[in-house]
Amino acid sequence: MANQVCFKFKQHNQAESWTLAAYQALGGYKVIKKILNEKIAPETLIAELKTSALRGRGGAGFSTGLKWSFMLPRDEAARERMKGVQKYIVCNSDEGEPGTCKDRDILRYNPHALIEGMMIAGYTIGASKGYNYIRGEFWQPYQRFETAIAEAYKAGLLGENILNTGFDFDLYTHLGAGAYICGEETALLESIEGKKGQPRFKPPFPASYGLYGQPTTINNTETLSSVPSILANSGEWFLNLGKPNNGGEKLFSVSGHVERPANYEIPMGTPFADLLNMAGGVWQGRKLKAVIPGGSSTPVLKAEIAMKMNMDYDSIAAAGSMLGAGSVIIMDDSTDMVKTLARLAHFYYDESCGQCTPCREGTGWLTRILHRILHGEGRPEDLELLDNVSNQIMGNTICALGDAAAMPVISFIKNFREEFQYYIEHGRSMVG
Amino acid sequence: MARIEIDGKTYEVEAGKTLIEITDAHGIEIPRFCYHKKLSVAASCRMCLVDVANAPKPLPACATPVWDGMKIQTRSPRAINAQKAVMEFLLINHPLDCPICDQGGECELQDVAVAYGKDRTRFIEEKRIVIDKNIGALISTAFTRCIHCTRCVRFGEEIAGVKELGATQRGDHMRIDTYMTDTVNSELSGNVIDLCPVGALTAKPSRFAARPWELHTAHGIAPHDAFGSHLEFHIRRNQVMRVVPRENVALNEVWLSDRDRFSYQGLYAQDRLTAPMIKKDGQWQTVDWESALLFAAEGLKKIPAKQLGGLASATATVEELYLLQKLLRGLGSNNIDHRLQQVDFSEKTTKAPFLNQRPADLAQADVVLLVCANLRKQQPLLNHRLRQAVLHNHAEVIRINVYDYPQNFPVSHNLTVAPHQLVATLAGIAKALDEAQPAFKNIEISEQQRAIAACLQKNNKKIKVLLGEAADNLPQLASIRTLTALIAKLTFATFSETGRYANSAGAILAGALPQQTLAGQAISGETGLNAQQMLSQSLQAYVLLGFEPELDSIMGATALQTLQNAPFVVAINGFCTEAMQGYANVLLPMALFAETSGTYVNNSGDWQRFTAAVAPVGSARPAWKILRVLANLLDVHDFAYTASDEILNEVKMLCETSAQTVEDSTWVLSAPQALCYLTEPAIYAGDALVRRATALQATADAQACHGAHVNQRTADKLRLSAGQQVKLSQNGGSAILPLVIDAALADDCVLVYTGLAESAGLAHDVGTIDLTAA
Ligand SMILES: Cc1cc2nc3c(=O)[nH]c(=O)nc-3n(C[C@H](O)[C@H](O)[C@H](O)COP(=O)(O)O)c2cc1C
Ligand code: SF4
Ligand code: FES
Repeated sequence: MANQVCFKFKQHNQAESWTLAAYQALGGYKVIKKILNEKIAPETLIAELKTSALRGRGGAGFSTGLKWSFMLPRDEAARERMKGVQKYIVCNSDEGEPGTCKDRDILRYNPHALIEGMMIAGYTIGASKGYNYIRGEFWQPYQRFETAIAEAYKAGLLGENILNTGFDFDLYTHLGAGAYICGEETALLESIEGKKGQPRFKPPFPASYGLYGQPTTINNTETLSSVPSILANSGEWFLNLGKPNNGGEKLFSVSGHVERPANYEIPMGTPFADLLNMAGGVWQGRKLKAVIPGGSSTPVLKAEIAMKMNMDYDSIAAAGSMLGAGSVIIMDDSTDMVKTLARLAHFYYDESCGQCTPCREGTGWLTRILHRILHGEGRPEDLELLDNVSNQIMGNTICALGDAAAMPVISFIKNFREEFQYYIEHGRSMVG
Repeated sequence: MARIEIDGKTYEVEAGKTLIEITDAHGIEIPRFCYHKKLSVAASCRMCLVDVANAPKPLPACATPVWDGMKIQTRSPRAINAQKAVMEFLLINHPLDCPICDQGGECELQDVAVAYGKDRTRFIEEKRIVIDKNIGALISTAFTRCIHCTRCVRFGEEIAGVKELGATQRGDHMRIDTYMTDTVNSELSGNVIDLCPVGALTAKPSRFAARPWELHTAHGIAPHDAFGSHLEFHIRRNQVMRVVPRENVALNEVWLSDRDRFSYQGLYAQDRLTAPMIKKDGQWQTVDWESALLFAAEGLKKIPAKQLGGLASATATVEELYLLQKLLRGLGSNNIDHRLQQVDFSEKTTKAPFLNQRPADLAQADVVLLVCANLRKQQPLLNHRLRQAVLHNHAEVIRINVYDYPQNFPVSHNLTVAPHQLVATLAGIAKALDEAQPAFKNIEISEQQRAIAACLQKNNKKIKVLLGEAADNLPQLASIRTLTALIAKLTFATFSETGRYANSAGAILAGALPQQTLAGQAISGETGLNAQQMLSQSLQAYVLLGFEPELDSIMGATALQTLQNAPFVVAINGFCTEAMQGYANVLLPMALFAETSGTYVNNSGDWQRFTAAVAPVGSARPAWKILRVLANLLDVHDFAYTASDEILNEVKMLCETSAQTVEDSTWVLSAPQALCYLTEPAIYAGDALVRRATALQATADAQACHGAHVNQRTADKLRLSAGQQVKLSQNGGSAILPLVIDAALADDCVLVYTGLAESAGLAHDVGTIDLTAA
C-alpha cells in the first residue's frame, strides 16, 4: 500500500489533480464541512490527532495533536482572557533542507489538501487567519497554491462566515527570499513580519508569543496536508497505516545515486531496502556506501546499518540517525565523503543567520578546516578539532541550525574516519 | 515567590525574573556580553550558559526565567564547558592585539577571556577582517573587533529611538553598519561607546589619549541641560581625559547625552584664560591676583550703586550666583540678572522652573501636553523618560511649538505655529476646557483645539502639562506661561517647567534677579534693571560672571555694543576672547566645570553638590573665592566664607524655610508680524564651555544650526532660494547667512541659532527683522 494520504490523487491517476474539482472528486473539503456544520469540539479533533500519532513532518517529529492542544485555553479564566485574541496558523513550506522536495509536490499536486488542513487547524486552535510561507525558489508551487486559494475563495470555502457556519478564515501566502534559516519556525515568523530572518529565543514559545506577538501554531506542509485524510477516516486508521508512535504513511524524498529519484509516500516502518528498491536501487549497478536518512542535517549511516533499518522515527533513531524531514540521500561507493562533508559544512556556514556565537563562528571554522583538508593541508589533529568544534556548537545555540551543522561533521568523521585520515596523509581522496 | 538553588545554596526569589537578574542581585558571577540590564534580551552571545537540572541543554541565564524548584549550577563541568566553548568561538576571529586597542584594560572580552579563555589558540585559519567606517566625529570604529553582541543596535532601537546602527549581512559576514545614514547622529550616540564590550566603538575625542589604568575617577554633575545627569570624570595628571555617565536610578539611569559627555573638551580650549589681566592705558597686562583684584575693587568703588550692574550665566553655581547678587546688593544695587535669553520681562515674580514630579513619574504619563519644548535635543534624557511613557504606557503626546522638532516617538497632535498664534492657540484650548471664563469672550475655538482639550480631559489618567525652554526666547513668554499653567489647572494635570540651563532653577533660588532676592523674597529698595535693560543702556560699570554677551545674550550685537560703551567692566570668565579684551577692564580667570565645587539645582528640584575634580588651569580660581575677596576689598559685610558649603548652607536654610509669594500674571493676544524672528541657542553652542568642544561642532546636529531658516512658502514669498546668501537686518544689528529651507517652521518665520559667531552680529530687536538677498 502506498499513496493513501498526501499523494492520494496518485491512486486515481488524476489529470490536473491540483484543481478544486479534482480534489472534491476525491471527497475533498468534506471533513471541514462536517466539522463546521456539526461544530465538532476542538478537543475531539485533537484527541483524534493524538490517536493517529501524527508527528511533525518538518523535522522535529513533535506530536501534532499535542502542539495544537497548547493553543486551547487551560481553564475558564484562560478562555475568558483569550476571547477576541487574534491567533494564527502558519504553514511552513520553506523546504530548505538539502535533500527534501516533498512539500513542493504537495503544493504542486495537492494544494487543496493543505488549504483544508489549514482550515481545520484554524478552526481547532481558534485562528481566523493563516499564512503559508513558501520557499522563494518555488515559483510554480507558489502559483499553484495561489490559484487554489483563489478557487477556494470563489467557492466560498475561505473568507468570512464560511458556508454560513459563522467561521471566518483568511489565508495568505508569503514568498520567502532564499534563506534556509527562514524555515526555522521563529525566523519564519520574523520574516513574515518583514524583519531579518533570525530565530527568536524560546521561551516564549510561538503558542504564547508568535506571529505579531500573538498565539501561533506552526506546522509543516505535509503535516497539515495529512490532517484531512486522518479526520476523513479516523485516527485509528492513520495509526494503523504505520506503527505505534509512528502513525501513517509519509513522504520520503529519495535523491542521490539511485535510478529513480522521487518522492514516495509509504507506510511508516517500511524497510529501507524496500524504499531503495522502489527508487530503482543504486544507480549504474554500483554498491551502496552511505545513506543520510532524513535530510542533510541528520547523521550519515553506513550502508550495512541502513540496509537493516526501517523507515520510521523510532527505527531510524535506533540506527543512530533521525527521520528528520524524510529526505533520503543515497551515496554509492564512488562518493568522496570528505568532499561531501565539506560541501555540507559550507551550506550551513553559508546559511547561519549569524546572531549567536557558536553557530556564527563555529560553522565558519568547520568549513575552513575541511577546506584545508580537501586542499591537501590537513593536519592529524584536525579530526579531533573538527569533532571538538562540532560538540562545542551542539546544544549551545539559539536554534537547531547549530546542531544541524554539527551532526553531519560528527557522524561523517565517526563513520568514515579512514577517508579523512587518507586525505590528511596523502593530500588526496581515497576514492578515485 | 520561587525557591531556587544556585550552586547548592537556596534562595527565595521573585518568580518570573530572569536568572541573571537574580545572580546579579546576589553577586553571583555569570559572564555575559549581549545582556545589558537596560536593554532587551537578545540571548545571542551564549556566554551566560549555565547548567540547569533536567534541562537537555545548557540554558542562557539572561533569557531563562526562574521557576520554583529550579536547580542551577553556574560552575559545573557542563556550564564551564559551554562557557569555555563560547569564549573560544568569540576569540577565534577577534584580533588579539590588545596592546594597540583603545579598549585594552577596560575590555569585557579581555576580562572574561582571562577567566575562561585558553592561553593558546587552536584556530590557524586567517582571521576575519572588517572594513571600518567613519560614523561621525564622536565615535571611532574598529569593526574587526566587534563580537556581534548587538547592544549598540538595540540601544538605537530602544533608547535613542533611531535605528542608526544595524546588523547587516548574515553568518560570519554579519557586521555592524549604519544603514539609513552614513553617520550616527543621535544626541545620545555616545552611550554606545560605554555599551560596546570591546574596542569596536570607542570615543573619538579621547582615542589613544590615555590607558584606563593611568586614570583615576571623580564624580560630577552635568553642566548643560537642567536635567542634572550624574557623571564621572576620568582624569590623568590633573586633566579630564573623558567623561562617562555615573549610574543614577532617579535621573540619568546609565545614560549620558553627547553634550554632557563631550563638552569637557572646552576646558582645554585655546582661549582659556589662565592668569588675571588688567587693561592699563589701553594695554592689556598679565598681573598677579592681588593687583587684579585691587584694580577691580578700585574701579568699582568709584561707581554710584545705581550705575552698577551684574550679569551671570545660569551655568554658574548656586554659590557663585548667590555671592554675585549679595555683592551687588551689598553695594546698594539691585541690577542683577541671569535671564540672558529672555525678552519678555512682564511677569512680576519669577519662579524656579521645576518638573514638580520625578522623571520616572513622567514615564508613567497617559497624556502629555508639550508647549514650546524641544526635549529631544535640549533635555535628551528627560525626553527618554517621555518616550518610555509613549512606548510602554501608550501615552498620547500633544505638541505645540514654534518649530516642529524631529521627534523619536509618535505624537497624536502636532501643531507648529508662529509665536503670535501660540497665545491664541493656547487660549482656544483653555476656552474649550472652560467656556464660561469671561476672559475668553473673544476667543475662537478651532476643531483641533477642541480635540486637544478632549484629549486632556480624561478621568483617572495621568495628565502632564510641560512648558519647555523655548518659551523663554519668545516675546509672549508671560502669556504662554499663564495659559499653559491654566490649562494644567483646568485638566488637573501636573504642571512642569523644564528650564534650559544646568542651574536655571538655582539661579532663581539664589536670587540673581533684579526684583527678588534669595528664595524669591522681596527686595529692599527699588527694583533693579533686568538683563534686557542692562544690556541696552550702558551703565557705568558691570561685573560679568561667565558671560559672553554677543553669544550668550539673545540681544547679541546690542549687548556687546552696550558693554563696549561702559566705562568699567570686570569680567570673571574662564576664557579670554577678543571681544572681552574690547569691553573689559579686568579679566579674572575662573575655575570651570570640573575645576570648582558648587551646587546646581536641577528641574527635579535636587540640590546637587559637587566638588572639584581637578585643579583649575593656570592660576584660575573658583569664582566664589574671587567674589569673596572682591567683596572684602569693597568692604561688603558678611563675606567671611572659608568653604563653599558655608555659602550653600546659608542659601539652603532660607530656601527651605521661606515660601515665595507668586503674583498672578495675565495674558494678552499678540499682533501678527510680517516676518517673525525666532532664535534658539544652537544645541552645541548654548554656553561658553560647549561651544568650545570641537568634536561636538562637527556633528550633524551642530551643522544643522547654521544659516537663516525659513520654510519654502516663506522663501517663495520673499523670492529667496536655498543656499543663497541673505541679509538679516534689524535695529542695531545685521548678519549675512546662507538661506536654509526648513519645513519645520511655520509660515512667515525666520529662525537663526544663537551662540554662534555667524549670528553674533544680530541684535534680536523683537519688533522688526528684514530678510533680503545679500
Ligand atoms: C535551521 C532549521 C530549518 C528548518 N527548516 C524547515 C523547513 O524548511 N520546513 C519545515 O517544515 N520545518 C523546518 N524546520 C523545522 C521548524 O522549525 C518547525 O519545527 C516545523 O516547521 C514544525 O512543523 P511540524 O511540527 O509540523 O514539523 C527547520 C528547523 C531548523 C532549525
Ligand atoms: S544557531 Fe545559527 S542560525 Fe540559529 S540563531 Fe544561532 S546563529 Fe542563527
Ligand atoms: S548574555 Fe546571555 S546569551 Fe549573551
